[in-house]
Amino acid sequence: MLSEIALYGAIETGLIYGLVAFGIYISFRVLDFPDLTVDGSFPLGAAVAAMLIIAGWNPWIATGAAILAGMAAGAVTALLNVKLKILNLLASILTMIALYSVNLRIMGRPNVALLTEETVLTPWYNLDLAYHHVPVLLFVIVVAVSLILLWRFMKSETGLAMRATGANPRMARAQGIATGAMIVLGVALSNGLVGLAGALFAQSQGAADVTMGVGVIVIGLASLIGGEAVITPSTVVRALLACVIGAIIYRLAIAFALNADFLGLQAQDLNLITAVLVTLAIVLPGVRTSVIGKLTRNKA
Amino acid sequence: MISASDLRLTFGKGTPLENPALRGMSLTVNQGEFVTVIGSNGAGKSTFLNALSGEVLVDSGEIIVDNTDVTKLPTHKRAGQVARVFQDPLAGTCEALSIEENLALAIKRGQRRGLTAAVKKQYLEQFRDSLSSLNLGLENRLGDKMGLLSGGQRQAVSLLMASLTPSSILLLDEHTAALDPKTAAFVLELTTQIIEEQQLTALMVTHSMKQALEVGSRTVMLHQGQVVFDIAGKEREGLEVKDLLGLFEKQRGLSVDDDSLLLG
Repeated sequence: MLSEIALYGAIETGLIYGLVAFGIYISFRVLDFPDLTVDGSFPLGAAVAAMLIIAGWNPWIATGAAILAGMAAGAVTALLNVKLKILNLLASILTMIALYSVNLRIMGRPNVALLTEETVLTPWYNLDLAYHHVPVLLFVIVVAVSLILLWRFMKSETGLAMRATGANPRMARAQGIATGAMIVLGVALSNGLVGLAGALFAQSQGAADVTMGVGVIVIGLASLIGGEAVITPSTVVRALLACVIGAIIYRLAIAFALNADFLGLQAQDLNLITAVLVTLAIVLPGVRTSVIGKLTRNKA
Repeated sequence: MISASDLRLTFGKGTPLENPALRGMSLTVNQGEFVTVIGSNGAGKSTFLNALSGEVLVDSGEIIVDNTDVTKLPTHKRAGQVARVFQDPLAGTCEALSIEENLALAIKRGQRRGLTAAVKKQYLEQFRDSLSSLNLGLENRLGDKMGLLSGGQRQAVSLLMASLTPSSILLLDEHTAALDPKTAAFVLELTTQIIEEQQLTALMVTHSMKQALEVGSRTVMLHQGQVVFDIAGKEREGLEVKDLLGLFEKQRGLSVDDDSLLLG
């Protein structure tokens, strides 16, 4: 069985990946823009926050800088697509590859430790709380604030214009919406959230690593698709809740899989489990309906 | 007022598929005019509308809307002056958004969009009023997803969206062609009603010569990327489809740049 610390650890990571899932919701679902930049913008956020914290910056300001760095990375991808007409998927791969070098440049070495530094979590440890409760509490607040802000944004005039851009670009243009600008704004916003997630992840794990972004896109997608299977995303707020819940469920599933000794799985099997879980998350809703369809047909 | 002069546009220039869609198209539509446009397939009707709305940019020529040269402006920068209803009933609205969200998008056509709530309380009454004029019961379904509506209902809403804010010209691109006859008649009636009530300047492309003569105040026929005849007022009164066909056949035998012979 899962220990309490492992359980809280899974929720903590799940909350951070909830932010990634928000970002992927904006790119994949709202804008219909398959964006893989996140594999680079996640460690970018971590690297920027880590280096600034080490340089003595206030950790919250360092985290804000990580958001801006993520937004800039997203804007590059979007501009490659909008201005240079490079296929969206390819544009994001180009940025992702470039960011690997950029991240190494920023850190100057493959990884940077933050264990002795003051992070956004440090003041919260003075509260009268169990050690492993602290990150969960802080990240619940960050995720809740992000969710409310995103929800309000999607309901605003600009947010609605962004949703129209993804859903029906021709109609959006006819309504006077600059669809190119909306794509730049949306992909920047998406990667800003992923940069935030990277910054928080580095601070809670105590290190930034240049390889920490590998597979972030798959985990984010797994969270998004899994969440949508649990909560039908019929409204914006339900879609956003699905992101968070999907991310937490995903992390719990991973923790259980690794903890269940009879399965004989080890930490290095993580990516294999992820791929299997994503496949199941994509296929299962279809299987469910077809099975239900067959059952009802048999009855009739 | 909208004025197009000597528009030329060739698709696929320098390829075996080279297709000159507009070959010196000129047309001026005055304030308050309702022009119907007919022409066979490939006559350049849709390309002309796309050129006016900015979806395609012309190779040469000039498009002036209310004294502004919009020839080089992209669609979204013209949207404040040019409203449009598409042929495909699914194209003019967003099915993933609710009816009120679609209307909220349209009420800001061509204007700056900020960070305040898109669907504002003060809009709702206006939305309900305009929707109730459709007699489809949509005024009670503001929160429903657009995708739940039928093609005809969506086209009616598209029309409403296009007329929600003032425009210099309303472009209707065979907007009843994809509907069943009964719904098409309803949408057409709604079109004439809205254009009359709001005294809109409109350009309606249609496949039906009968429709072209029945509605509007002026009829233009296009052929091979040019205007072959342009009739209004007395000339147009009492004209029937066979007269129009006669006119067209007469024109086809002639050299199209011979203006003096047009309608001669």
